[in-house]
Amino acid sequence: MAQTDIIIHDEKDNVGVVVIEKITPNQECNCWIMENDKSVTIQSKNEIPLGHKIAMIDFKEGDTILKYGHDIGKVVKDIKKGEHVHVHNVKTKKW
Amino acid sequence: MEIPKSFLGYKRENGRVGTRNHVVILPVDDISNACAEAVANNIKGTFAIPHAYGRLQFGADLELFFDTMIGTGKNPNVAACVVIGIEPKWTKKIVDAIATTGKPVEGFSIEGSGDIKTIMNASKKAQEFSQWASEKQREECPLSDLWISVKCGESDTTSGMAANPAVGNLMDKLEPLGVHLCFGETSELTGAEKVCATRGATPEAQKKFMKTWSDYNDFILKEATNDLSESQPTAGNIAGGLTTIEEKAFGNFQKIGSRKFIDVLTPAEEPKKGPGLYFMDTSSAAGECLTLQAAAGFNIHLFPTGQGNIIGNAIEPVVKLTGNPNTAENMSEHIDLDVSKILKREMNMDQAGDELIKTTIRAASGRLTCAEVLGHKEFIMTKLFRSA
Repeated sequence: MAQTDIIIHDEKDNVGVVVIEKITPNQECNCWIMENDKSVTIQSKNEIPLGHKIAMIDFKEGDTILKYGHDIGKVVKDIKKGEHVHVHNVKTKKW
Repeated sequence: MEIPKSFLGYKRENGRVGTRNHVVILPVDDISNACAEAVANNIKGTFAIPHAYGRLQFGADLELFFDTMIGTGKNPNVAACVVIGIEPKWTKKIVDAIATTGKPVEGFSIEGSGDIKTIMNASKKAQEFSQWASEKQREECPLSDLWISVKCGESDTTSGMAANPAVGNLMDKLEPLGVHLCFGETSELTGAEKVCATRGATPEAQKKFMKTWSDYNDFILKEATNDLSESQPTAGNIAGGLTTIEEKAFGNFQKIGSRKFIDVLTPAEEPKKGPGLYFMDTSSAAGECLTLQAAAGFNIHLFPTGQGNIIGNAIEPVVKLTGNPNTAENMSEHIDLDVSKILKREMNMDQAGDELIKTTIRAASGRLTCAEVLGHKEFIMTKLFRSA
């Protein structure tokens, strides 16, 4: 089994979580989807540390981030597939 | 794995079982802390639980104060209890309520006699209790005598991926054996509240949960001065990759596995509907939440952490687990169980749940937890509003 670089909780999710110390720009990453035990790959655009999220698709401002198969917030700045997803481009829909 | 049938616990007078055999010196109020700590210093085998409140509280805040103090004394992890307050009336109220369990308890009030005489009299009683408790032996008890509370802290994305679902796996395996279970953290379910409500076992439990969550959320919205950035999620959560409260909430919620909760408890309320999972209305601050769960009678706590929360509790042993390999390595003295192999897919959730069951039973049977050996005895009162 190849090393898993990214874990995706649910098939519907549009972000994955880095599970190695970090991924580097232009790295070809192996992703494992927990829910259905499938594997996909993605090319990273940024350095992303352990525990942080990567965009699995292109996002436009106003789009919804899905993790655990659920809405976890809104995109406030366009995000390209493979980029780092965090507080600089995603905000809560609550509070 | 075949789940062990029993653990070694202390059988109490009222039928409950303790995982610890504490003799507690309980101050009623802030100004009685010095006296309680002096007694605990005099008499080995005892410890004091100092805290900041107990004066001029009123209404619902006073009721919660009494529920917390009384529940702490009644907890089966406490073998015997000396209560020391400035005034006799509130001291007696707490003593009388703890005495309903049948355990040894005695109260002392300082007003009219001063610290020194009170310390002498209370020390004599504490000595008697300490020597009495020291002869108690652990006996084999069914797992259904475990009352397990859970709360996560300093979470990151590994919490929702590894440590929290490992707790959920334990719940799925132990609930059918008649264990009492409790989760809380009302505000930290924000974003997942509707999904969480569907886990109510009855329409009443679902309705009660939504009302509890809405009331807490209204309070937050009323008091909030910004979007709660750096409070929910905290700066530590954000450093660990958690972006929004919704993401934190869905991670948090993994702790209950596929269980349904049978009732919603008010803060520090003792569960009365028999074995199963309960939701308790609590703050998401670890010290406050654990103190309320312990006061409700829970006798062992499971605490998943991501970035490395170091919390303990005065009377409830706290078992800590992490799915973050850096935390497991850099803060190893705080971690009772490392489940970070889940991230490397070298451990699956079934295995992690089994390991956690083994760790929990060892701790319940007497193995000191990391938080205990490091001296963590947090006891934090939930204060609803200013005193009069």
